[in-house]
Amino acid sequence: MGQRTPLYEQHLALGAKMVDFGGWDMPLHYGSQVEEHHQVRRDCGVFDVSHMTVVDVAGSGAKAYLQHLLANDVARLTTLGKALYSGMLNERGGVIDDLIVYLAEDGYRVVVNASTRDKDLAWMQAQAEGFEVSVEERPDVAMLAIQGPQARAKVAELVSQPRAALIHELKPFQGLAEGDWFIGRTGYTGEDGLEIILPAAEASDFFCELVGAGIAPIGLGARDTLRLEAGLNLYGQDMDENVSPLAANMGWTIAWEPAERDFVGRAALESQRRNGESQKLVGLVLEERGVLRAHQVVRVGGVGDGEITSGSFSPTLGKSIALARVPAATGERAEVEIRGKWYPVRVVQPSFVRHGKVLI
Amino acid sequence: MSDIPSDLRYAASHEWARLEADGSVTVGISDHAQEALGDVVFVELPEVGQQLTAGQEAGVVESVKAASDIYAPVSGEVLEVNSALTDSPEQVNGDPYGSWFFRLQPSDKAELDKLLDASGYKASCDSDA
Repeated sequence: MGQRTPLYEQHLALGAKMVDFGGWDMPLHYGSQVEEHHQVRRDCGVFDVSHMTVVDVAGSGAKAYLQHLLANDVARLTTLGKALYSGMLNERGGVIDDLIVYLAEDGYRVVVNASTRDKDLAWMQAQAEGFEVSVEERPDVAMLAIQGPQARAKVAELVSQPRAALIHELKPFQGLAEGDWFIGRTGYTGEDGLEIILPAAEASDFFCELVGAGIAPIGLGARDTLRLEAGLNLYGQDMDENVSPLAANMGWTIAWEPAERDFVGRAALESQRRNGESQKLVGLVLEERGVLRAHQVVRVGGVGDGEITSGSFSPTLGKSIALARVPAATGERAEVEIRGKWYPVRVVQPSFVRHGKVLI
Repeated sequence: MSDIPSDLRYAASHEWARLEADGSVTVGISDHAQEALGDVVFVELPEVGQQLTAGQEAGVVESVKAASDIYAPVSGEVLEVNSALTDSPEQVNGDPYGSWFFRLQPSDKAELDKLLDASGYKASCDSDA
């Protein structure tokens, strides 16, 4: 038996098909993964993401610590609540995890992945040596993501007046506390929406209220196809400790300036940048019928081979899409091997759908 | 609980087979199989005229989640394939026993008797779980 979130019983009562995800028993879908996907793109839905790990970083050295720990620079967070996406790298420049960090009133709130929890916490503690900083996990909270074009309006109707006001005021990629709730306008679907971190004891009632108000529960299956369409990486699939952020479409998350900021992995990344990165992460679109899957081989004529890191059927596009790591010189066409046959694919920017709009 | 009609025969690999009045055998995948796969988004069918032996790969069904082979429950020649599934593979989820994949002319009707009946298939599914 895996770990359970405070909403485990509700998932069962809603008819979820449960699966193991990083040691947690999580809902894969509540009936139809494709319907849930459309629900989020067209209206909104609620995800239980309580398996994610919330870590509060505080102390007089918190800023300096995070400037050392992360490839992106928390000095860029100049307004309260502003969020930053970053890789946390090892000395070789490989990605230990990807995370979101919010500027809080008394420090920073960091949200890391569930499947990497133990190694992340160990690494964060080890790197804290020499800094005046406390790194505290928050196992007492739960987290719900309400995502979709109607998410903010619908949630605002169900919460207290101050929380509703905050939901209306939040800018994209900003998260602020209201009482013992933390409400962020962030997510992992490519749609507008919220991520709400609240006391674990309140999660079940709030989830019931959301579902009771017609906000459909959405499983991890749709979460995966939504993030794939949005071109958002999944840790462990699209990058890991042996992959540089430069080869994972995360170059934009590396703050090179100021040059004297010596974050973990900087030396390795600078050497890669000087030598020219040999691989890049791209999007693939299969125009024929079939489904692209992780680990299928990509062949680029005259250039070399690559590999699909994430692939699935895109419910919005009605065809299969993928993220693939390919030689840097790859152009607009490639081929993918599916069950021994080679299929032509289009190579595109790794972002297929955003805010309900098809980008390719 | 999945639906297992008693007038069909089943393979442990989750295909159903129905003997038609004209002696041909129609093949599809069970309700249990479609439920385990989730939303079906792609179906690859055998070629008409192809000779299949029992247990041989006869096609592929892919859901959003995974790909799964379909096997011929009995040996024979493929007479017809349900090309409507190519355009609307989601039919398999809505109506697994109406959404047939292919029809074949069995080379040995006795092979049908080796397949599971409804209670045998139910027991086989339960032991998988």
